[in-house]
Amino acid sequence: MSCVIEVKRLSYSYPDGHQALREVSFHISHGEKVALIGPNGAGKSTLILHLNGILPVQQGEVFIGDLPVIPKNLGRVRAMVGLVFQTPDDQLFSPTVFDDVAFGPIYQGLPPQEVKERVHEALSMVQMTEYAPRVSHHLSVGEKKRIAIATVLSMNPIALVLDEPTAGLDPRARRSLIELLRQLPQSMLVATHDLPMVRELFPRTIVMDQGQVVADGATEALLSDQKFLIEHGLVS
Amino acid sequence: MHAHFLDPYKPRSSPIHQLDARLKVPLVIAFILTTSLIPIGGWPFYIFLTAVLLSAEILSDLGIPFFFKRAALALPFVLAALPVLFTQTGNVWVTLPFGLTITAPGVERFISVALKAWISVQAAILMASTTPFPEILLALRALRLPKVLVSIIGLMWRYLFVIVDETIRMMNARNARSGESPNPSYKHGGSVFWRAKVTGGMAGNLFIRSIERSDRIYHAMLSRGYDGEIRHLPLPSIPEIQRWISVVVFVSFFLIVVLARVLWG
Repeated sequence: MSCVIEVKRLSYSYPDGHQALREVSFHISHGEKVALIGPNGAGKSTLILHLNGILPVQQGEVFIGDLPVIPKNLGRVRAMVGLVFQTPDDQLFSPTVFDDVAFGPIYQGLPPQEVKERVHEALSMVQMTEYAPRVSHHLSVGEKKRIAIATVLSMNPIALVLDEPTAGLDPRARRSLIELLRQLPQSMLVATHDLPMVRELFPRTIVMDQGQVVADGATEALLSDQKFLIEHGLVS
Repeated sequence: MHAHFLDPYKPRSSPIHQLDARLKVPLVIAFILTTSLIPIGGWPFYIFLTAVLLSAEILSDLGIPFFFKRAALALPFVLAALPVLFTQTGNVWVTLPFGLTITAPGVERFISVALKAWISVQAAILMASTTPFPEILLALRALRLPKVLVSIIGLMWRYLFVIVDETIRMMNARNARSGESPNPSYKHGGSVFWRAKVTGGMAGNLFIRSIERSDRIYHAMLSRGYDGEIRHLPLPSIPEIQRWISVVVFVSFFLIVVLARVLWG
């Protein structure tokens, strides 16, 4: 197994004809933490939805480990890639935190004892074990974000894909989330507008604009090129 | 990913699109009323009304197949008229078990009801696909529908798309975590009862969020001066020519109903 995520010449058009992705290619190795940045409408969320088959591959190829993302493999692929959505409320649809974190393991058919262990382990990784019986609905945004990450950690994924994890967080919650992401051992692709976090956490950055990858390289070099950042709407 | 596909309006620049909604909506209501008042078995009138409808559909620039496809969705409702096949007395055509009989007047009544439903549904589709929703609201206001009701319909339409978007995002999040264990001895998918429980949880969540959203919307309305009274700008005037054409059409509909009632009533 050479890469965790590999995307080859991926293109996608929405039913209304809008082309959201054009020949996107990149790969992410084991343990690598990569930032995905770009202006609004660049195609970041569309790309993310391809990584565990929520959107079907129209043109090109996507591989998770050795598995191509095709309808036959969706079950395995979804267990391997933990997708954390931008709005935690979308991710937390069960009555309690426990039910939400247990969803993935129960769906996989794990025995009840293992489900409980997985939930406990995932909640302790995000330091939220005492929240298990709480109603997700009543938590703060920062707490919801942590629980949303726990809902995918309980599936033991090999890669985490997060969409705007720090959006809407206060400085303390943001700091604690960054520390959490730093500690997690999984490979990571994080779509974000939070450039200070990118500088701090991700050695490598992929830049997208108008559905294309316009740069893929060392974060330090990319983010120090002011002209490039302005050109792609990343700083004003 | 947005739920734009729910909006039936198809923008074109046809004469039907350009007709003022304050005339189009009452005209469609009058057309549906005329159709429903034509007596059973008034075949020449059904043909005439269908011809009027097809002409309007052609004029709308959307093509007749567009309307036929959408009208087909209403076909199951025709089943509601099925009992009339067996409940009319008269010349027996077919005898069925359990003492059921299909009579000639029964068939005539069923075909008439089905035809009326089909014509009426198409008229409603014509209106919805050639009129932007805000203009339909304007027409409802012009028809003196209570302002509160118009506002409720408007808000419902506005937030229907938001809720559908939210549902789609929630279902994506569920699908994203619906994986298979690497251990093939575990059967994935969970039990039917558990899946029903999850779906129930999702519906409950949507309900709570909708209520909370309605609170926030209400606060946003209050903060901009809402005091329970809904106010609107005065409506612009309707072009003279459209007004006259509508008068002629309304009178024609009335005469058609009178004529049909005299000849078939």
